[in-house]
Amino acid sequence: MTELTHEASLEHAHPEHEGTGVENRKLGMWLFLSSEFLFFGALISNYLLYSNRAGFPGVYPSEIYDIPFTSVSSFVLLMSSLTMVLAHNAQTRQDVNGTRTWLFATAALGSIFLGGQVFEFTEFIVNFDMKLSTNPAASAFYVLTGFHGTHVAIGVIMLLSLWGISRRRGGLSDRQGLNLELVGLYWHFVDIIWIVIFTVVYLLSVPPV
Amino acid sequence: MTATAERPATTIFRRPSSTKGLWSWITTVDHKRIGIMYGYAAFSFFIIGGLEALLLRIQLSQANGEFLTAGAYNALFTMHGTTMIFLFVMPASSALMNYLLPLLIGARDVAFPRLNALSWWIFFFGAIFLYSTFIFGTSMAPVGVDGIGGVDGNLAPGGGPGSFNFLADSPDGGWFGYQPNAGPLYSPGTAMDYWALGLQIIGLASLVSSVNFLVTVLNLRAKGMRLLRMPVFAWMTMITSFLLLFSLPIIAVALFMVTFDRQFGSLFFAANAGGDPILWQHLFWLFGHPEVYILILPAMGIVSEILPTFSRKPLFGYSAVVFAGAAIAFLGFGVWAHHMFASGITPVAQAAFGLATMTIAIPTGIKIFNWLGTMWMGRIRLHTPMLFAIGFVAMFTIGGLSGVTHAVVPSDWQQTDTYYIVAHFHYVIFGGAVFGLFGGLYYWFPKITGRLMNERLGKVHFWLMLLGFNLTFGPMHWLGLQGMVRRTWKYAPETGLEPWNLAVTVGAFIIALSIFIFMINWFTSRRRGRESGLDPWDARTIEWMAPNPTPEYNFAVPPVVTSLDHFWHLKYQEDVEGRAVRVADADEIVANIEHEQLNPSSPIHLPNPSYFPFFFALGLPLMFYGVIYHRTPWGKALILVGLVISLAAIIGWAMEPLEEPHGGDGEPADHELDDRVELIASSAEGGGGPEGRRAAPGGETESGDD
Repeated sequence: MTELTHEASLEHAHPEHEGTGVENRKLGMWLFLSSEFLFFGALISNYLLYSNRAGFPGVYPSEIYDIPFTSVSSFVLLMSSLTMVLAHNAQTRQDVNGTRTWLFATAALGSIFLGGQVFEFTEFIVNFDMKLSTNPAASAFYVLTGFHGTHVAIGVIMLLSLWGISRRRGGLSDRQGLNLELVGLYWHFVDIIWIVIFTVVYLLSVPPV
Repeated sequence: MTATAERPATTIFRRPSSTKGLWSWITTVDHKRIGIMYGYAAFSFFIIGGLEALLLRIQLSQANGEFLTAGAYNALFTMHGTTMIFLFVMPASSALMNYLLPLLIGARDVAFPRLNALSWWIFFFGAIFLYSTFIFGTSMAPVGVDGIGGVDGNLAPGGGPGSFNFLADSPDGGWFGYQPNAGPLYSPGTAMDYWALGLQIIGLASLVSSVNFLVTVLNLRAKGMRLLRMPVFAWMTMITSFLLLFSLPIIAVALFMVTFDRQFGSLFFAANAGGDPILWQHLFWLFGHPEVYILILPAMGIVSEILPTFSRKPLFGYSAVVFAGAAIAFLGFGVWAHHMFASGITPVAQAAFGLATMTIAIPTGIKIFNWLGTMWMGRIRLHTPMLFAIGFVAMFTIGGLSGVTHAVVPSDWQQTDTYYIVAHFHYVIFGGAVFGLFGGLYYWFPKITGRLMNERLGKVHFWLMLLGFNLTFGPMHWLGLQGMVRRTWKYAPETGLEPWNLAVTVGAFIIALSIFIFMINWFTSRRRGRESGLDPWDARTIEWMAPNPTPEYNFAVPPVVTSLDHFWHLKYQEDVEGRAVRVADADEIVANIEHEQLNPSSPIHLPNPSYFPFFFALGLPLMFYGVIYHRTPWGKALILVGLVISLAAIIGWAMEPLEEPHGGDGEPADHELDDRVELIASSAEGGGGPEGRRAAPGGETESGDD
């Protein structure tokens, strides 16, 4: 059978498969995200290994974090999870305008977060001369937060695509609505990862020993 | 559909429609055809990896061999390992999983057919990318770097020009690419970039298929096919997919780190700048050890299908075999550091990992004894698949036992980096996985082709391979214990290692001969083999209930499963004395199903072929070529081109409905299927009401249209 099982099982009261009852694509997204947790788990451990190892040349990331600034951008990203929920909620209520508005708001907040990250990277590189190649701690910091930023960027692209489809077609079909839910799952995942990164990498940072 | 109606898709290209020829293979989303493509690709790489091994063995057949340069030798053992693991055993397992998983669980296809095609094409292009290193890669030996032996691989003493030195310009850091040797300082050419990025692409393919297989197993099992009624091979596919899902992200991170080190100046593994090379070992083996079970568990599943069939008994301790498989997988994540006993990890860690490693022997032992229990008192038929299955059990047990000796830390220190290790993992991967895979090929060949492979040639293949295998890898045990070190291209005559090395080389050529015989058998039997009928082995599981040749949709009516070994129970019932009595044969059962239940519960939905997986996958290697050469303008251009191709394919994919909606303009693609569906329908004297182009035979009415 196919990805249409969802619709098929709605039409036929008796599902013709043994299964979890979770729609195929949603289950697939959950599985994919479980894999992503290990991806970021490896990156974060990697950062923790190097973040406070003494004796590296140059600036350590933990010495130059701008916690107030990053707190604000973290708040922005967290709020985008709220707007994501609102978008999904509007979609389930068939509220076309609401869906579109909240989708766009989520993408906008995500973009603001990305802007903050670009600003942060620029600051670190230009003002503090901490480059990818300065020391292993810096390498680990840039690669970890860079991969997170890439995930946010991909999320923004997906949100804007849904927004565009909704504008072009005057709303989202059931199938696209499920896509919205999947993008939502992904978006919340990216947020959760950021909560961990912000806590472990920024707030609990320990100076080099 | 309750919400906004889906508009007819706007497609830029016409939906691919050919059912024959090259384009049909490029655009197919049928799990069986994808499985066949995986199979042929994997076998091709088996041949290539085998040839690499033969070159290595010629070099080692005598002391102070002059056949290969040191550089070529390094490249060949690196590519041999990488090829056999990532380009042969994994895709070969994937081939059988693809072909069989939906059939084993009574589904019409995998959960995401287009993603399935995507996995295959990513793998295909990734493999080509990796092998293009032989053409484009460079492996400059470190010049002016002191203290690393001072041997310039390309100008190595002993090997004159022409001693396969052209092969030296390819990855040479070993299949596990230890750092910092494989880092920018000691491997400055591009070859290791091809290796790291090639594995990255191939890993992505496996990740996508693991999600796909998991959703398939979890959601698409036929009615009544509870988890504990699934064939063991389906179980092992599921467990393997979990292993892939959780181990691939770790190697992805590690390979990204290497790539960043090599291309963008990060310092993760740069020992001279405070980077920690041991971190690479941790990350690599955190993936690498589960990988071992990714290689062996599918073969264990295959063997668990073959042994009961040819012993004419149910699998002994079915649930124990299943749970042992899960336990092996679970424990497999906690033992990675046993690959690193010699790397200076703490004694506590050594003790813990040693003990954890020994616990894996428990579930493995459970499996082995259950297989023996299955054969015990069985009416064993020694057909070729059974021979391979028995070979698997025996050889794998030897490999498992030598594995336990590495779990004992002091003993492992003695064995580390010697041929004893080489012997061990070849007994596990070749004696285990490869024997299992060959058994599976012989077993399911009739399912795939409708013909039987030649038994006589099959048996010659088996016995030659068994002999050659043991002659090749058996003596490596004592070579290793006598101190012969891995990955050395030369040894001195006074070491006394020469006779056994010669024997090993002879053994390797015997294996090659046996594979040659297999190929003859395969290609002749495919065309001219004896017709097998539906159920040549008197099998137990429902894949043998699908018609031959298997239609694209597998089952016109998905079976309703009532027990483990469902098919067997349809064929046999117990008489008063408890003996199995045959009550039906496969043809009757299949005919009955097709006749009686021509009112399927829902229309047959089948996905249409699609161009987009192919093009999406095509973009990836282009991008990665661009990354390797990102310092040049055309490198940057390549990144852009790859990105545009992949993005365009994603957009096309997203816009393309999985199956064309009802009433779309007729396409030749569907005629064949429609004809077939109509054929079944008309045989039921009803004639399917055309419910829509893809409506199943019989329509919705209970009594048909008669």
